[in-house]
Amino acid sequence: MSCDLPRTVLHGYFDGELDPVRAAEFETHLEHCPECVAAFEAEESLRSSIKSAQLYEKAPAPLRSKVLSQTRRHSRFPARLRLPLWTWVVATAAVILFAFAGWRILPGPRNNSQVLAAEILDAHLRSLQPGHLVDVTSSDQHTVKPWFDGRLDFSPPVPDFAEEAFPLRGGRLDAIDAHSVAVLVYGRRKHVVNVFLWPVKEADAAPRSGSLQGYHWIVWRKGGMEFWVVSDTSLADLEELQKLFSQ
Amino acid sequence: MLSSQEQSRFEQCAIPHLDAAFNLARWILRSRDDAEDVVQEAMVRAYRFFGGFQGGDVRAWLLQIVRNACYSWLEKNRRGDLMIEFDEEQQALPGPTPETLALANEQQTLLANALESLSPRYREILVLRELEGCSYKEIAAITSIPIGTVMSTLSRARRQLQLAVANPGRKEAAREL
Repeated sequence: MSCDLPRTVLHGYFDGELDPVRAAEFETHLEHCPECVAAFEAEESLRSSIKSAQLYEKAPAPLRSKVLSQTRRHSRFPARLRLPLWTWVVATAAVILFAFAGWRILPGPRNNSQVLAAEILDAHLRSLQPGHLVDVTSSDQHTVKPWFDGRLDFSPPVPDFAEEAFPLRGGRLDAIDAHSVAVLVYGRRKHVVNVFLWPVKEADAAPRSGSLQGYHWIVWRKGGMEFWVVSDTSLADLEELQKLFSQ
Repeated sequence: MLSSQEQSRFEQCAIPHLDAAFNLARWILRSRDDAEDVVQEAMVRAYRFFGGFQGGDVRAWLLQIVRNACYSWLEKNRRGDLMIEFDEEQQALPGPTPETLALANEQQTLLANALESLSPRYREILVLRELEGCSYKEIAAITSIPIGTVMSTLSRARRQLQLAVANPGRKEAAREL
């Protein structure tokens, strides 16, 4: 007995890289192919032993400070040419013009949060592409939280709401508005909920919600953190999650 | 002005991936000390190129630079490592490195040994996929190889790793059957 299915299909499935049609085909194949079942189980056990061996080696602290001090030193000697005066004049004029145009077209702080909402939604959609959802896959808050250590300059809270039917699925880093932010990923039935959070200086703010292209979001600030939850699940679900976070 | 802005953008976008950079280099080079040197240099290099970085996946961009730096370093200092062919019969690498021996538990040592016995190309792809959690697309970007080759290399690399785990210390361990 020998299976002639290319091994790459099994690995593609194992890594979540097959499109839904091919994944379904492979699942059907698995039902009839003990050889692939055995190979698949071997891959799973290899992955779990890699995981438990904790082979990831973080950068030693001295390296971090050496890199920082070196790049900072370099930045004191800009390699760039000095710009002639007229470019400054043009640039300043452009900034004033844009600021004026922006002020005319998009009023006040609402603009800001709309722009940010669009950016968050983009990040949410990006995260749904294969392989982008989580950098650390775990339903254990004590695995996810330490994972952020050293990757961010703040320590995000990582609550687990499995009992409230929002099981933690993992975490990842993302960049919002050119800042690194923490993202916690929760499941809600078949939906994915992304929770973006980062430290802010502003005071606490009550939740506000909005919708964009069929997705809902809620934003609030509490205890020096700004939170954005976004998902295609119902707004009521998100409100529930928001309350859990604010407890 | 431009330069200090860039500096802080670099610190916000690139520095958070320093662990990823170090981990990849450590496993390609099989040494923490060498990885530290190579990563430090690569980060300064990355910093210089950062102005030209058009946005997108910073981690992939950075890892690509670090990876290239690792291979240049091996080319210069330890060409033997690069001679290990993928599927060909090969000479086993000299026993476990001090780095590996220092690892705490047995399971860890076993796996670290097995991983280190593979060719650098297999090591890097396993590290990127299993430790760094990169998608095939990201691996393709970092290693500059087509996605199809990523898939076949990964599948062979896992096979090799399984063999190496099953037969620790045997020369045959790292051979394709």
